[in-house]
Amino acid sequence: MGGTSSKLPKDLLSEYQELTFLTKQEILMAHKIFSELQDRENGPYSSRVSMEKVLTLPELKSNPFRKRICHVFSTSDMKDGSLSFEDFLDLLSAFSDSATLEIKSHYAFRIFDFDDDGTLDARDLEKLVNSLTGETDDTRLTAEEMRQLISNILEESDIDKDGTVNLSEFQHVISRSPDFVSSFKIVL
Amino acid sequence: AASEDGEDEDEDDEPPKGRRAANKKKAAQADEEDSDDDIPQRRCNEAVNHLMFCLSGDDSKSDEEEESMSEGEMAKLMEEVEEKKKLIANIRNKPWRMRRRLKVLKEAQQFVDKFEGALGKGKGRKLYAYKVMMMKKWIKFQRDFENFRTSCIPWERKIKEVESHFGSSVASYFIFLRWMYGMNLVLFSLTFGLVVIPEVLMGLPYGSIPRKTVPRDEQATAMDYSVLMDFNGYCKYSVLFYGYYNNQRTIGLLKFRLPLSYLLVGIGTFGYSLMVVIRTMAKNADVGGGDGEDNEFTFAWKMFTSWDYLIGNAETADNKYASITTSFKESIVDEQENQKDENIHLRRFLRVLANFLITCTLGGSGYLIYFVVKRSQEFANMDNLSWYEKNELEIIMSLLGLVGPMLFETIAELEEYHPRIALKWQLGRIFALFLGNLYTFLLALFDEVNSKLEEEDSIKNASIWFVKEYYANYSANNPNDTGTPPPIDPADIIRGPCWETTVGIEFVKLTISDIQVTYLTILIGDFLRALIVRFLNYCWCWDLEAGWPSYGEFDISGNVLGLVFNQGMIWMGAFYAPGLLGINVLRLLTSMYYQCWAVMACNVPHERVFKASKSNNFYMGLLLLILFLSLLPVVYTIMSLPPSFDCGPFSGKERMFDVIMETIDLDLPAFMGTLFGYVANPGLIIPAVLLMVLAIYYLNSVSEAYKNANMELKKKMQMVSILCVQVHNNCPGACDSSARPQGTWTSTWPTRARQGSRATP
Repeated sequence: MGGTSSKLPKDLLSEYQELTFLTKQEILMAHKIFSELQDRENGPYSSRVSMEKVLTLPELKSNPFRKRICHVFSTSDMKDGSLSFEDFLDLLSAFSDSATLEIKSHYAFRIFDFDDDGTLDARDLEKLVNSLTGETDDTRLTAEEMRQLISNILEESDIDKDGTVNLSEFQHVISRSPDFVSSFKIVL
Repeated sequence: AASEDGEDEDEDDEPPKGRRAANKKKAAQADEEDSDDDIPQRRCNEAVNHLMFCLSGDDSKSDEEEESMSEGEMAKLMEEVEEKKKLIANIRNKPWRMRRRLKVLKEAQQFVDKFEGALGKGKGRKLYAYKVMMMKKWIKFQRDFENFRTSCIPWERKIKEVESHFGSSVASYFIFLRWMYGMNLVLFSLTFGLVVIPEVLMGLPYGSIPRKTVPRDEQATAMDYSVLMDFNGYCKYSVLFYGYYNNQRTIGLLKFRLPLSYLLVGIGTFGYSLMVVIRTMAKNADVGGGDGEDNEFTFAWKMFTSWDYLIGNAETADNKYASITTSFKESIVDEQENQKDENIHLRRFLRVLANFLITCTLGGSGYLIYFVVKRSQEFANMDNLSWYEKNELEIIMSLLGLVGPMLFETIAELEEYHPRIALKWQLGRIFALFLGNLYTFLLALFDEVNSKLEEEDSIKNASIWFVKEYYANYSANNPNDTGTPPPIDPADIIRGPCWETTVGIEFVKLTISDIQVTYLTILIGDFLRALIVRFLNYCWCWDLEAGWPSYGEFDISGNVLGLVFNQGMIWMGAFYAPGLLGINVLRLLTSMYYQCWAVMACNVPHERVFKASKSNNFYMGLLLLILFLSLLPVVYTIMSLPPSFDCGPFSGKERMFDVIMETIDLDLPAFMGTLFGYVANPGLIIPAVLLMVLAIYYLNSVSEAYKNANMELKKKMQMVSILCVQVHNNCPGACDSSARPQGTWTSTWPTRARQGSRATP
């Protein structure tokens, strides 16, 4: 590791343990990996890691929502998806094994909300389906299938029939699902 | 007070007071303006009133009450300090940014520190401060213990690697395997510590009494490899099996009661396993979500929950994309296909035919096993057997376990069920096959046990007569020696048939052959196949990798069922062969490494999506069933069969559980004996059983009532949401234009229970 890597001070470590769902070992591992990402940054030392560097992590590399994940957890003013160490910890905490269903569904909603308007409308759902079916043409759905799929989804989840899925409806749907908590997990 | 500025858009936690007060004010305003109204306004009022009426059922605490005068300033302060403490404990549940959480945490901690000192003034100050310090230390200790516990869990990295390549369903098998390893380790340490070690350390050594010595006529071959492989020779007369243990009531300086310990550990094994399995089932049911309503949200779930975030490998990700697409297309088509049903008669006929064929197969396999067991009994009396004849029973059983499922799968092609239903049928049939085989094996074994029991009487007489004759001969041959004759060498005494050790040996042999077959299958079926496909591909006419046979997929259900049944056999055999648990622990350990290597080196990820979570409780349920089924034979033998007269810790008693009666009579104070006498009275037991039946009935009806209440609440929620839409549509000013429905009805809806505590402003 380079000379800029530092050890995590003890009081910060115990504070992070209070504030996140991560154990001590996980926080230390996250610190180590984050420092390595920082060392590989070109340019002057900054406390943030750019989105491209974060996306080189093996856990995120194959994920179709990787860019959205970075945007959702980033607190940078420039809205460029760069992550500070605390953002990184937030990310790992929300995706950890012990995080509650409410936290996970809250962040899942924000990840799926491609246009950041607070609801999932038909355009968001369409982009969601396209991310899930891959990049190549032979795996995409036809326009007719897409329309049918989106109308089925809205019929199931849109309780107030306003044509969009808001956070509470989303959480209601997700809370009945047995797979969500176990699949919405990233471990370093 | 903690400031909740709206700097973060992810805050869905609007101060309830403000929102509700605003609503009430607006409703009041709407009422005031009723006089000069127009129809839309009246409609608006009605909608709002209707809504408020609907919500009034759960209107427990209005905000005015929260501000009402409390008893004294001290109590109010104490309340606030408690709330702040709760906030600190629950702060990680809030979906806020780290910055904000840090700020809130610091403020809350300062508040608590400042006022906790103030509260401590007066009489109870020292005690209070002491209590606070102990609480802090306790929390820190708990956290450290949790950290330590998670770091002790073995094989995390390995399983994570498998998970990232193959998805969570394949990894769930390895997690199950690890859980079984943990349970077996505990059982092994129980048995080892409380039964084997005392006998080895404090009991009589090898060779001192007949049951611990190899008989004279077997001594020549006792060390041969083939004899040891059969678990005869020195293996048979060792701590591994029941027959070695002595029936002395207490042994050693500590007066350790070995027979009692043996019986209690045997029963305790089942009790512990039962507790652990049920606890895990309850935990799974809690997290996963129980039964019913598979079809309620199919599309939404496919959309929102089908991606597995643990996938870290590009090839697996591609496979996942393909399977998600297929699954979407299938469900879209499925909706329309429910009506179509071509040629229902042919399909019904084929299904009946398939079931008939499968029943025939099951019956045939049961009969085959019975026949082979009978033959092995005949072989036992013959000499010079080939290796095949000696191990015929185990080989046939393992082969049936291999061939049966494949046969079922081919026959099931006739049925044309939906893949998920077909999988359930397949699992059910394999389960029936294994169960049938196991019970036929047991029945045949019981035949053998009964025949041994019949022999026992005659051998008992023969052995007593032999001893008498020995002494008579000795006196006759040495008339000068008037002292007591030297004792007979233990190797020479005639032995009884010792049926318990025989049963133990059978189970051990079965387990060993099961292990061998499993490992060989992986080696040949996966590894050799992968080698052939990889290297022969260069000089073959068609593409071996893409077409047939290609690389194997990991058979999750087959492996899990194999594990479950293996555990059943261990439970059955552990009472007669305490060493079996050690063998199983070794087996699970090597299985973990071997199968992890095999799956990473020779298998490819599944093409079809496989839902792991719902199956988890299904496999636990199977394990529970097997536990009960393996409990039955053991309990039956303990209760009804007489133990052998010359081997094992219960020799000389009428029944095995007599040792408990003896302990109660001799070791416990007198009143406990009479107490147990009363408790065992049928007049007490029958009412107790009736009481339990009544309790089950009561709990059942309570759960029915809860289900109904659930349905009612769901209907109410739907009605409220529709009313909200009406309010939203009819009253242009009633709701804030920037606050969507999530701001209005959800924050007043009883999500109080969901969202822990709120910071009081």
